Parts: sequence; C-alpha cells; structure tokens
Amino acid sequence: MAARPTLAVWKFASCDGCQLSLINLEDELLQVAGAVQISYFLEASSATAPGPYDVSIVEGSVTTAHDRDRLLEVRKMSRKLVAIGACATAGGIQALRNFADVREFTSVVYAHPEYISTLDKSTPISEHVAVDFELRGCPVDKGQLVEVLSALLSGRRPNLPTYSVCIECKRRGNVCVMVAHGTPCLGPVTQAGCGAICPSVNRGCFGCFGPMESPNAAAVAGVLRSTGMSRLDLIRFFRTFNAGAPAFEAASRLEEERDGSAVEVSA
Amino acid sequence: MTHKERDLTVSSLARVEGEGAMHVVIDGTTVTDVHVQIYEPPRFFEAFLRGRKYTEPPDITARICGICPVAYQMSACQAIEDACGVEVDEPIRALRRLLYCGEWIESHALHIYLLHTPDFLGVDSALDLARDHKDVVERALQLKKLGNDILTAVGGRSVHPVNVRVGGFYRAPTRRELQALSERLKWARDASLETVRLVSGFHFPDLEVKHELVALKHPRDYAITEGRLASDRGLDIPVSEFRERFVEEHVARSNALHGQRADGGRYLVGPLARYTLNYEQLPQVARDAATEVGLGKECRNPFRSIVVRAVEMLATCDEAIRLIDEYEEPERPAVPVEPRAGVGHGATEAPRGLLYHRYELDADGVIQDAVIVPPTAQNMGAMEDDLRRVVEANVTLRDSALQHLCEQSIRNFDPCISCATHFLDLRVERR
Repeated sequence: MAARPTLAVWKFASCDGCQLSLINLEDELLQVAGAVQISYFLEASSATAPGPYDVSIVEGSVTTAHDRDRLLEVRKMSRKLVAIGACATAGGIQALRNFADVREFTSVVYAHPEYISTLDKSTPISEHVAVDFELRGCPVDKGQLVEVLSALLSGRRPNLPTYSVCIECKRRGNVCVMVAHGTPCLGPVTQAGCGAICPSVNRGCFGCFGPMESPNAAAVAGVLRSTGMSRLDLIRFFRTFNAGAPAFEAASRLEEERDGSAVEVSA
Repeated sequence: MTHKERDLTVSSLARVEGEGAMHVVIDGTTVTDVHVQIYEPPRFFEAFLRGRKYTEPPDITARICGICPVAYQMSACQAIEDACGVEVDEPIRALRRLLYCGEWIESHALHIYLLHTPDFLGVDSALDLARDHKDVVERALQLKKLGNDILTAVGGRSVHPVNVRVGGFYRAPTRRELQALSERLKWARDASLETVRLVSGFHFPDLEVKHELVALKHPRDYAITEGRLASDRGLDIPVSEFRERFVEEHVARSNALHGQRADGGRYLVGPLARYTLNYEQLPQVARDAATEVGLGKECRNPFRSIVVRAVEMLATCDEAIRLIDEYEEPERPAVPVEPRAGVGHGATEAPRGLLYHRYELDADGVIQDAVIVPPTAQNMGAMEDDLRRVVEANVTLRDSALQHLCEQSIRNFDPCISCATHFLDLRVERR
C-alpha cells in the first residue's frame, strides 16, 4: 500500500477559527484522518513528525520578524502550501494597523510597549512565499476546505467559484437587501463561498470572503453612498477582515481621498 | 543527591488554542522560577476599535477567538447596550442564552474529548483514541456537531456567527427551525451523562488550589450571559465595578496581560469557580450526575476540571432543551439602540471563564476607548502557581514525565492563548 500523503497545519497571527473549521468537519474528520497522515497539527495532536510534508495548510498573517522566518522554513518543508482564511490571504482584521501607526497601537494596549516586538504591517502569506492555493473566508467554509484538500490529494485544481455573493443570493431566492430595503451590502463585490448567509438573515454582506475576481468597487461605493452611508462609514465598511485585500484597500483609500483631505481612520 | 544542572525543552505545547511558552527553573528540589509566556503575536484589537462605530464590536471582537466568538459577541453587545441605556426584551435574552449554550457544548466537547482526554489516557490525540475507541470519539464529534448546529440555527454560522447585532438579532429563528434540534439535544443530554461517567473514572493527581474563585452569579440561572461578579470570599459587585477590583499587569517577554486582584491577590475564573459558586443553580439532572460520580458541591482540584466541564455540558444540553421548549418567536428580533455619549460594561461566562468588555462612546456612537479582559489573561497567575506546586510535588519524576504533567496542568485551564493574545514552548531548567 502506498504511503498516505502527509499533512501539516500551521498557525500565524489569527484567531484559530480556520483550523477549527478543519476539526469542525465532524462527519468527515475520521475519514480525512484516514486519507492523510496528519504529521503536524498542534491544536489536535501532541504527536509531531518532521517534514517534508506533502501539504501544508497555513492559517494567519505575518506580523512579527520571527513569524516571517518561521514561514520561510514552513515553505521549505512543504510540497504544496495552501493559505486559508482572511488573515493568511489578506492580512486579516489585524491589517488595520497598516493604516495607522503601530507604535501608537502598541501603547494603547500595553503598559510597556518596549516589551513588544512586532512589524509595522500585517501581511498575507503570499507576500513572503509562493502559495499554491488561497482559500478565502473569515472563517473559511468547511465544504470549500474539503474541496481544496480533495483536489490537492488527487492532483487537480480546486473547483471553487470566483463570482460574487449576489449569485449565491439569487440561487437561494433571497430578496435583494440593498434594492428592496436600502441595506448596505458588499455582496456585489465579495467572492461567493459562504452561501450568502448574511442576506439570508436580512443583513447586508460585510465582505468576509474578500473581493471577487475583477470587482467594480467604485460602482458599489456609489450605490452605498445612495443608501445614505457617510464617507467614514464607507471607509469602515471596506476596512474589516479583508481591509488589506488590494481591491478593498484601494476602495477605502479612494474614499479617503475623495474630498482631498486624508482622514485618520485605522478604522 | 549530587548538585545537577539540567535543561529541558519542549518546542511547542499541543492541544491548546494559541502559542505560548513555559519556563521552569529547578534548583535541586526547589522551584525557583516559573513563567508562562505568551508568544502569540499581538493583534491590537483595543487600539483599532477606537474610531469604529458602536454597532461593530460584535463582529470585530468575535475575531479575537474562533473557539469562543459568541462570548466576545455577547460581552460586547451587553457593554454597548449598557452604554446606550438599552435593555433587551426577554425573548431576545433567552435566544442569546440558547446561542451561548451552543458555544458551551461545542467548546466543552472539543476540550473534554479532543484536547484533554488524551492526557488522561496516555495517547497523543483523539484520532489515536479513535483506533481503539471509535464509539467514544464518534460520540464526541456528534456532541460537538450539535453545539455547532445550534450556533448555525441561531447565529447563522458556527465560527463567527453573522446573526448577532447590538440590540438582539437580525432575524429570529422560527420555532420549527429550533425544534428540529430538540430530539438531538435529548440524545446529547444522555451522551453528556455518559461523558461525566467516563471522565470521572480517570486518575487525577492531587492538587487543591486556594485561588480566589471568581464568576458571574445569577439568582435563578447557572450564570452564562449575565449576573453580578461574585467570589468565594464574599465579593458581590455589579459588572461596572470590575476594574476597581481587578487589574491587568504587563509582564516582560509576554504578549498577554496578566490579571490579578487590585490588592495583588491571585484569582481563578472558569469551570471550577462557576461550579463552586453556582452549584445551587445547576439543573437537577446535572447535580444528580455530580453526586453520582462523587464530585461534591465544590471542586478545587484543577485536574478535575474535566469532570466539571462534563457536568456543565450536561447542564447546558438540559437548558437548551428547556429554552427551545419555551421559545416563542419574538415580536421583534432586536430592540433599537440609539447611540449616546457614555461608558458601558459587559461580562459573560466564556467556556473558559469570565470575559469583560468596556466601551466608551461619543454622542455619535464612535468608540473612544475599548478594554477587553479575556479569561486566559486573568488565569495566568493561577496557572503559574499551579505549575509551581505541581513541579514541587513531583520534582523526583523523570523530565519527560514531569513535562507531561506540566502540559496537563496548563490544559486544565483550557487556555485560549489566541484570546490572551500559540507556540507553547515548554522549558524546564534544573540547576
């Protein structure tokens, strides 16, 4: 019998929610564990085996020099590397520091900023090493996670949509919250994958899965403004868990510069 | 015995949520220094909450922890509603409690079976356990799944629910959607009782802790979503006075703040504190189970926290059944919350202990200041003290056995290091 492919799971700056999604595969977990050799997954097991690993799953963003070095090591030990979640693919919520002064941030939280060592920016995995696949979401969708793992193990490309949440919403038969109720919604520019869960509870999408392929953020900003959103609210809307994703970052900066005066919104 | 210097390193502690390190210095048979350090990179939530709108903390602070996002959402909502002078309707309170029950069941099942039980059975993971005891692991996964399904039914998603808002919910679930969970919850109540019986049969090292036990207390309910701050030494104060009695200290080389009483005393939050303070509020079925396995009305042995968690899981399943039975769809899913200038406080019981939030808002509802005190930060002092005592009592053990015991002591706390700000680097230095 051929050896089972080895799997490693790594954490960088994050909330643990995306790797928890792997453990949350309650119906599939024992099957997954049968299909692969879990060689390194600290949250689940204290047994670790040395690399190289066939597949590494990486959660979290890079925010310290130590983590940057550790990531380079992880890449060297991994045949395929998959970045999962908004932190690993866009820098996460902690990328809000990218719009502010990190020293000031440190002094707000810590009595002794001199004890803290951190980088000025929170950056995605792809900014430091080659990434074989990026899985979006804050958190990732566990169905999509199974698809990515199955695809990689069978040597094919994962089959995941790059269209917008609007398509999922239409499929579910939801009434459009923005058109019908004037509720601000990022669905038209956000990548599908969650199943349009927010509009399904009468709430606007807030962009957990990051920008879709070729989004028209400027157009959506115009519609959002017509719902009565203020400039600051618009900036905040684009600056959450995927604030560092290029399309969302550009949209928020554009809004910031609209009347010529830059404003201090780390937020 | 000859004077011997030993240095021992475990590069990372497993089965905890987050990254940290432990350093123990032993001189002969005396422990001279114990440090639990947090290497989890800082993410600065309290800083970037400044300038955000009062409606945003439930979604933003959920991202502090993927294991207990509901705890963050609930403490945040409570604090902001307090600042804005709003009380939510009774049906919304009940629905919040049901959502929180889902998180307790999910988190407790995860910790009991997947993170902690392997310590007592001498295996590396629940997956190893599955080889010989597949039925036990399948029971664990089904319990966990049910917790997640409650979160999805009420919250719209299990990790980082989307249906929670300041004032209540975006959409109230229908009676029918919830009733679909009732039959499974009855199974889960039985499965939790089996869990209590299973884990109470483990071998527990002797350790009796004297930390002040601090938890929320509520006259009727086993406190989860609301209550006054109470302790076994007579503390009884409203949540708004939290910061007058409890302080956080920034310890060198750590990215977490360590909590202590304002007078310098150590305290403990979490299952042991809740159980000891709120035994009377547990449902009968949970008290009966505790009696059956000889747990007593209070518990001060941290190694037995796994039994307390199992009793709590049983209590929460029972509570969720009741909440669903009594559920009527509320007239409105949320009460309107208008911003006003002021300060608000919130505290709820995360699965691993008390979680406090405080927000200061301006008249437009823009956050001027935010303070978040997670349970694991509050427990750092108690964790170090327990480690010191465990090492002292077992100093003759071989390094590998001592290390195992240290790791187990840390897991007693179900520490969430992502919360407290991963990488538990365990180092024992013997001189």
